Order: sequence, then structure tokens, then C-alpha cells
Amino acid sequence: MTTITPIDQSPKEQEVQHDLHADHRLFGLVAFLIADGMTFAGFFAAYLTFKAVNPLLPDAIYELELPLPTLNTILLLVSSATFHRAGQALNKSDSKSCQKWLLITASLGLAFLASQMVEYFTLPFGLTDNLYASTFYALTGFHGLHVTLGAFMILIVWWQSRQPGGRITSQNKFPLEAAELYWHFVDGIWVILFIILYLV
Amino acid sequence: MTITIPPKSNKESEGLQPKGFLRYFSFSLDHKVIGIQYLVCGFLFYLVGGALASAIRIELTSPISDFMPRDVYNQVLTLHGTIMIFLWIVPVVNGAFGNYLIPFYVGARDMAFPRLNAVAFWLIPPAGLMLISSYFINGAAQSGWTAYPPLSITTPAAGQIIWILSVLLLGGSSIFGGINFIATILKLRRPGLKLMQLPMYCWAMLGTSILVVLSTPVLAGTLILLSFDIVAHTGFFNPTLGGNVIVYQHLFWFYSHPAVYIMVLPAFGLVSEILPIHSRKPLFGYTTMVYSIMAIVFLGLIVWAHHMFTSGTPPWMRLFFTIATSFIAVPTGIKFFNWVATLWGGKISLNSAILFSCGFIVNFVLGGITGVALAQVPFDIHVHDTYFVVAHFHYIVYGGSVFVIFSSIYHWYPKFTGRMLNEKIGRIHFILTFVGFNLCFAPQHWLGMNGMPRRVAEYDPQFTFVNQLSSFGALLMALSTLPFLWNVIHSSFKGEIAGENPWQALTPEWLTSSPPPVENWLGEAPLVTDPYGYGKKQLQEQFNDLESEKQ
Amino acid sequence: MLKPSAIITLLVSISLAVGGVWIIYNINLLPEAASSNAPVYDELFRVLFVIGVILFVGMFAAVVYSLIEFRRRPGDQEDGLPVKENLPLEIFWTAVPAIVVLFVGLYSYDIYDRMGGMQPLDHQNHGYSVSSSEEKVWGGIGTSSNNSNMDLQMQSLPVEVTAMQFAFLFRYPKGDFISGELHVPVGQTISMRMESNDVIHAFWVPEFRIKQDVIPGQPTILNFTPTKPGRFPIICAELCGPYHGGMRSTVVVEEPEIYQDWFNKNSNTIVS
Ligand code: HEA
Ligand code: HEA
Ligand code: CUA
Ligand SMILES: [Cu+2]
Repeated sequence: MTTITPIDQSPKEQEVQHDLHADHRLFGLVAFLIADGMTFAGFFAAYLTFKAVNPLLPDAIYELELPLPTLNTILLLVSSATFHRAGQALNKSDSKSCQKWLLITASLGLAFLASQMVEYFTLPFGLTDNLYASTFYALTGFHGLHVTLGAFMILIVWWQSRQPGGRITSQNKFPLEAAELYWHFVDGIWVILFIILYLV
Repeated sequence: MTITIPPKSNKESEGLQPKGFLRYFSFSLDHKVIGIQYLVCGFLFYLVGGALASAIRIELTSPISDFMPRDVYNQVLTLHGTIMIFLWIVPVVNGAFGNYLIPFYVGARDMAFPRLNAVAFWLIPPAGLMLISSYFINGAAQSGWTAYPPLSITTPAAGQIIWILSVLLLGGSSIFGGINFIATILKLRRPGLKLMQLPMYCWAMLGTSILVVLSTPVLAGTLILLSFDIVAHTGFFNPTLGGNVIVYQHLFWFYSHPAVYIMVLPAFGLVSEILPIHSRKPLFGYTTMVYSIMAIVFLGLIVWAHHMFTSGTPPWMRLFFTIATSFIAVPTGIKFFNWVATLWGGKISLNSAILFSCGFIVNFVLGGITGVALAQVPFDIHVHDTYFVVAHFHYIVYGGSVFVIFSSIYHWYPKFTGRMLNEKIGRIHFILTFVGFNLCFAPQHWLGMNGMPRRVAEYDPQFTFVNQLSSFGALLMALSTLPFLWNVIHSSFKGEIAGENPWQALTPEWLTSSPPPVENWLGEAPLVTDPYGYGKKQLQEQFNDLESEKQ
Repeated sequence: MLKPSAIITLLVSISLAVGGVWIIYNINLLPEAASSNAPVYDELFRVLFVIGVILFVGMFAAVVYSLIEFRRRPGDQEDGLPVKENLPLEIFWTAVPAIVVLFVGLYSYDIYDRMGGMQPLDHQNHGYSVSSSEEKVWGGIGTSSNNSNMDLQMQSLPVEVTAMQFAFLFRYPKGDFISGELHVPVGQTISMRMESNDVIHAFWVPEFRIKQDVIPGQPTILNFTPTKPGRFPIICAELCGPYHGGMRSTVVVEEPEIYQDWFNKNSNTIVS
């Protein structure tokens, strides 16, 4: 992070400028998430078209088991809530409880990944078995990549917030806010994915 | 009135960076340096793409495949299309001019995210070099710039994978750029400047960036799936494994039709800046121009299947896409009529900038009319995938975007370098380009209608003469780059000194020294609420006003 | 306030437009018209060409005229008029293109319908009966919609087209033989079911003004009625590999008797 030193301005204006700048980064992140969402939209569109146009032969159809993915959905939804708690704690400058909630969120994310792995290994089809299988793995895999990245981000934020000198404080909460926004986005995508892949 | 100056976020790092010529080879955060980097880098790739085009035209002077092997021909045309689109037009009309001009236009000292900006640029040279080097490794991709499967799955994998990787990098660069432009235009505007007071290029870039953000990721996703098909032998687009090749085409064109507006909307914006200045009149119909940009953005997203009229598409779909595509002519037409109305009754200086801009209008109208013809399903069925289509899009991408790029270089060169380009040589360049261009591409309409498909190295001997005519035009175009190159290089040392504002323009980039200082203006950023206020009073008065406002 | 340059520009552009219209009616820009589709297509082409010429010449003239008439004279330091907008004018040039494209769209819809493009491509409609009722076919233009479906089924000649790198094969299911050239009787509707063995190809006969992609894993249907005897090129129009340019064949349109001879000679033998 570069420090911002606006020229010939009073300290008060400086403060304003500073906030403005943080705002821009969140704005940029939102634009990026829209772009990222379009990637998923492309995948969903492909999946739905494949399903409509290239129906599988009857013997290749496999009903997906619901328990594990439902657990996954709950894990992610809860983690969204715990992340929110972390943000609230930071607002109250309660960095101890903020760190606790961050850690809980990260472990929920990791639990999600673990249970996703379990599902992968118990599924009776592989990546290249048929079109449906390939799309299933592509969609969940691409999402899993996002979760992995998100979990890393949370851990980095957690580590930063433990640093003395206040790398992450109620004054400078952009890293936490960014990670939180991203995490909610990944959750939202999962919900759509769950509905399209498992329920429809 | 107090003026708040947006923060300059690159001040410290600027001190560490090389000065003078060398800064163009550094990871500079200055938007002006990055703009020039985009421009020069893009132009070098244009020379490579043009050399490849010349190879195509040499091959086509004879009806048999004699100049190069057939698979090399396919590699050459794939590289030509990819380089011209992803490494020349898109980076230059967006990246180069966008980076240079947008911060000036919104009254900022830099882009919203300077670091991201530099990263976006520095993705381009390696991606481009990688793409070109694939030719020497194992043969470049040879399935056309559209890379339709299953051909792209069955041709040699190495070249295709490198092609995918570099297009992914270039797409990423484009998305980063788009995010940056949206944030800069919407968030970094100088206080007191309203959206509807922005120069038209800002609106064009806003529309383009929306298209970039919405459509490029879909291409990225599609290419990732395609690479899985090639590397991991999945079957998304491989019919022998149950895949569906049409889905690829839908996804590809969902990006690549908007991509054509990504190539041309910024050019529209640049012309809207150039015409008023050199004809000394306000831009005609500002408000309708803004709305028509947004209409083009919206329509551009819902017309992609007009590239697939002969693939497997159901009739209702063909009809919907015909109507939607045709309607793009309406907002586009509004812009063209507005430009003519801007010229009308002006005091036009017939310099190279305006000549290239007017060449653009004429060429693009022809390309647009053939486009509307192509949008009609029954018409397209005969000429799809023929030289008629090749003629259509070269009229638009070359006659349109490339003409605008040249026009813009003549217009902004004084700002970039502080020196003027030579007018006489500029006109020679224009005449050679205009004549060569029309000689090269006009006959291709006839070729396509009469039975010459595109992407072939050998053809029916009855087409020999017309092909040679076309190749001769290409030769003139190649020659026309020589006076241009000489002009640009020679003038940077020996050109007449330009001064602050050689065109007596009112847009903010001219209200500072040429080339501008690191922070764009030495004092405060001027507030220009009427960038097209020509003809209201005597110019000199207007300048005095602005000068006193600056104080 | 007509000035000489205005008159000259006007005259030049009128003569250009007239010239363009003359060209389209007297010089044939398209290849020979040899199917029932082709005259319909040529009619559409003429209309589009005339509209295009008028629009293009109009814009060209307006730009050239402005450049000449409104050029800056030496010593003139004035600005142009500060006109910024003119609502009636802007409405006018929004409405006119809108009407033109609406007309063009509806007109080409009509043309497309007359080419048979709007016929639903379910299995009854294309003479060729598809084996599995589940199979989805997609198609190009159908047959002329003047024919009723029943007639069609009786009349049309089924042909199965297989495309591969780098050749077309034509199988005549009635005689159960395969040919490398497409032989068809003049005046008869041909109903082709096309599928590819490897990559995407496209079946194009410029003289018939028809084109349809031949797709692997996705049969497509194409119907046409040849109207002139002769030999016409079949061209592959979709990039399909190094020899794409050489992937050509011939369609031989013959009088019905000659065709019947050829058909009888080949039945139950394999010709390549
Ligand atoms: C910058 C690039 C660019 C732009 C701006 C356009 C603009 C348009 N294009 Fe083009 N196009 C390409 C680049 C571009 N195209 C490329 C690269 C391909 C080939 C891809 C490939 O296969 O490799 C292609 C192919 C292509 C096809 C597919 C052809 C085929 O493969 O069979 C079609 C079909 O509908 C089409 C239509 C149009 C239309 C209707 C417009 C419209 O936007 C044009 C609108 C403009 C005008 C109409 C002129 C100004 C208007 C007036 C003066 C008003 C009055 C006019 C009327 C009333 C008509 N284009
Ligand atoms: C987007 C921009 C763009 C531009 C600017 C151009 C510019 C040109 N194009 Fe290109 N073209 C495409 C985009 C573009 N093209 C695309 C997308 C395709 C489709 C590809 C596909 O089918 O997949 C295509 C295809 C295409 C074809 C069809 C190939 C085929 O289907 O078989 C042809 C044939 O004539 C052609 C010709 C030309 C020519 C003569 C130029 C000329 O205008 C070029 C003029 C420039 C020069 C001549 C440069 C001169 C400089 C030198 C010669 C010096 C060399 C120096 C060094 C190397 C240091 N192009
Ligand atoms: Cu087959 Cu081209
Ligand atoms: Cu398009």
C-alpha cells in the first residue's frame, strides 16, 4: 500500500481524500467480481445448454447424493455470517474477537474444501467420463479454486491483524472488507451452483 | 471556488524511476508513460501483423498454394487475425489513448489504480511474444482466430495451447484496464465536473469498459474449457465424447461480437474529439451521442448469433438476431449524422488528422452497410465465410479503427512529443493508405459473392486477376507505412516545436505544456465544463478566460 | 443559396447513385442463378444494393461537400457556428434509418420465408425420414413453402451427405450407393441430411445461393431445387484444416432421364 500524500491540502482534506481512495478499491473489486461472475455465468449457460441439448443416455444418468452438498451449503452460509461477525468486531476495535471469528471462518472454508474432496472421491464418475461429469467437475472445481483463494485471503488477513502496529484496524479495514466481499460473492455463487447442479 | 486535487498516488515511486527515454522501458506508474507504451508496443505488433497480411496477399497472387505450405498459411492467417485484434486494435484504441487521455478529461492526476494499470500493460508484451514464438516452437495455432472446435482440438496441441494462454493473458489485461477506466471515469472526476460535461471519449470508454467487464470473462471461461478438451481430453466441445460444438460458438461470439464494439466505440470517441477541434464547431448532438453509445452497448450484447446463421441455429433464433443486429444501424447512424453535422458549416482545416477522420467516416459507412446486409439471414447464407465477410470487417477494422488511430496520432503527436508532424508527408500517407486500402478490400466483396471462400490458400483460377488487384492494394498499404514511420521518427527530433496548444483546443489535455508534466498540470486541474465551446466568442477571449480561471 | 460546389456535388452524387442502380440491373455481380432459391436471393440482393448505394453515396457526398465547401480559407481566423443540436433534424435521422432497417428486416423475413427457411424442421417436413424419433436435426433453408408438406414428401429426393477431411460423400439411400459427385435431376427438390465425421465443414454451392454447416455429432438438413442443368462447384466454406482450400466437389444437374440412367447404373455398386 502506497501512502497517499495529496499536495497542498489541509490535513482535513487529506482525510477525505484518503477515504475516497479506499472507496475506489472496493469499487474496483466490485467491478472485478462482476467480471468474475460473468465467467461463472458462461459456465452455467454452457451447463444448462448441454443439459437441454445433449441429454445423456439413460444408463449414464446418476442421481447426485444430497447430504454432503447440503452440508457444504450450510458450512458456507455459516461462514458468511461468521465473517460478518469478524467485521463487526473490527468496527468495535475488538481485534481479539475479530481474529477469532476470522479463524472460525477460515476453518469453515477449509472444512468445505475437505468435504468437497470427500465428495469427489466418492462420486462414481470421473472427469472425462461424459459431458455431464466434465461440466460438473469444471463448475465445482472452478468454484473450489475460488474458495481456496478466499481461505488463503482470510488467513492472510488474520495474520496481518495479529501484527503489532495495526496493519488492520478499524481505520484501515480495506483488506478485511475486500476479503469479506469476495467471500460473500463466493458463497452466493455456491448457492446458485447448488440449485442448478443438485436441485434442478 | 476551491478545487480539490485528486491525490497523486505515484509520487514517491516516480522518483525512483528512470528519466527520459528509458522510462518507457520501466514499470512506470505514470498514465502518460503507460499510454505511450501501449501505443508503441501496439504499433510494433501492427507491423508484425501487417507483415503476415503481406504474406497472405503474396500467397494469394496465384491460384495455387505455392508461397508457403498449406498449414503454414493457416498459421499465418490465425496469427494475423489474433495479433491485429488483441495486440493492435484493442490495446491501442483502449489502452493507449484511454490511458493518456482519460485522466486529463476527468481532471485527475492519474488513473484510479496506477499499479494495476502498469500490470495490465506489462501483461501484453510477454503474451504477444509468446504467441509469435509459438510459430517457431511447434507451429502456431492454425484454426483461425475463432478457434472453432473440433478443429482446434485436433490440430497440433502445442500451438493451440499457447494461443489460448496468450489470449487469456490479453483478456486479463483488458479486464484490468476496463475496471480501471470505469473507476477513473466514475470516481476520480474532478469536483464540479458533471457526467454530461465530460468529453465524448470518456463516454465511449465507459461503454467499452462495460462491454469488456461483461463479455471478456465469458471468453476466458470458454477458452479454459477448450484447453481442458485439448489437455485433459474432456469432451465439452468434442462430439466424439458427446460434446457440443455449437455451444462453443455461442460462448465465443458472446464475447467476440461485443469485441468488435470494443474495437470501434473508442474510435468513435476519438473522432468525436478530433472533428470539433479541426472544424471549430461544437460537437453536434452531444446528448444523443451519449445515448447512442449506451444503446450500442446494450444491443451489442444481444446480437452474437449473427455469426452463426449457417451453423445449427433454429429459425426463430436467426430471426431475432437479424432484427436486433439491424437495429444497431440506428444508434450508429445517429453518430455518423452528428459527425457530418459537426463538419457542416465549420471552418475545417484540411490537415492529416481531419483527412483520416473523414476517411474513417466514408469507409465505416460502407463497412456498416455491408454489415447490415450480412445481418439479413437469407443474404448471409450465401456470403457467410467468404471474402465478402473479409471485406466487411476490414472496411470496419482497418477503414474504421486503424484510420482513426492514424488520425489520432496526427492529432495528439504534438501533445505526446511537443513537436509537430510534417503535414505534407502526412497527406502522402493518407492518399497512399486510402487508395491502397480501397483497392485491396473493395474487390473482395465481388470475390466473396462469386464463390471464393475465406481462409483458403488456393482458389479457382477465374479469381486470379481480382486477387492480384487486391494484393497490389495491399502493397500500397505496406508502402504507406514508410512515409508515416519516417515522419514520426524524424519529427520527434526535427519537428516544429508545437507549444502548449497548437490546435487552440479547449479539452483539458491541451491546457498544459506539451509534453505534460508528471502530474499533468503544474497548478490545479482546470475545470472545463464545456469541452466543445467553439464559436461562442472569439477564441482568444475564451483562452484569456480560462487562463484567468487557472490563476 | 445553392453554390456551385453544392450543385456539382449534388450532380455527381446523383449520377453515382444512378450508376450504382444501373450496375445492379445490368451487370451481373452474382454468379449464375441455378436453383429456385437463387432468383429470390438476387431480388433481395438488388434491394439491399440499391439502399446501400443511396446511403453510401449520400454520406460520401455530404463529407466531401463539407470538406470542400467549409474548408478554412487562408487568413480566416473565425470559428464555425456554435450550433449544438437541432431536435427535428435529429428525430429525422433517427427515424429514417429505423424505418429503413425495419423495412429491410421485414422484407428479408419475407424472402427467408419464400426460401422455406421458416418451415419447422420436424421430421415430416423434409422427405428424408430420420431414423430415431429422438434425434434433433437443425437445418438451413427448407424447400419452397409453396409446396404442401404432402407433396414434398412424395417428391423430394433424399441424399445423405457425409463430410470429412477433405471430401464430401453422397449416399443415395434409395439406390444404396455412394458417390463422390452429387448428381441431381433438374426441377426436383433435393433433401439432404448432412453430418460430418471429424470437424466442421460447410456445404456451399454459390450458383444455388445455399450454404449450411456440416457438423459432427449434429445432423443438419438442407433442401434445394436446381433449375438449370450444368456442373456447379460444391465448396467447403468452413476452415477444416490444411487442405480446406482444396475441399471441393461438383454438383451435376441433369435432365431427369439422364439422371435416371446414372442412378440405375450406380445402384448397388460403390462409386467413389
Ligand atoms: C470493429 C469491428 C466491427 C464492427 C463495428 C462491426 C459492425 C457490424 N457488423 Fe461486423 N464483423 C466484424 C467486425 C465488425 N463488425 C468482424 C471481425 C467479423 C468477422 C468475424 C469472423 O468471422 O472472423 C464481422 C462479421 C459480421 C457478420 C457475420 C458475417 C458472417 O460471418 O457471415 C455480421 C452479420 O450480421 C456482421 C454485421 C455487422 C453489423 C450489422 C454491424 C453494425 O454495427 C454496423 C452499423 C453501421 C452502419 C450501418 C453505418 C452507419 C449508419 C448509417 C449511415 C445510418 C443509415 C444506415 C442504414 C439505415 C443501414 N458482421
Ligand atoms: C483487426 C484488424 C485487422 C487489420 C488492421 C488487418 C489488416 C490487413 N488484413 Fe486482415 N484480418 C483480420 C484483421 C485485420 N486485418 C482478421 C480478424 C482476419 C480473420 C482471420 C481469420 O480468418 O481467422 C483477417 C484476415 C485477412 C485476410 C483473409 C485471409 C483468409 O481468410 O484466407 C486477408 C486477405 O487478404 C487479410 C488482409 C489484410 C491486409 C492486406 C491488411 C493490411 O491492412 C495490413 C497493412 C499493414 C502492413 C502491410 C504493414 C506494413 C509493414 C511492413 C510490411 C513492414 C514489416 C516490418 C517488420 C516485420 C519489422 N486479412
Ligand atoms: Cu472442409 Cu473446409
Ligand atoms: Cu458480430
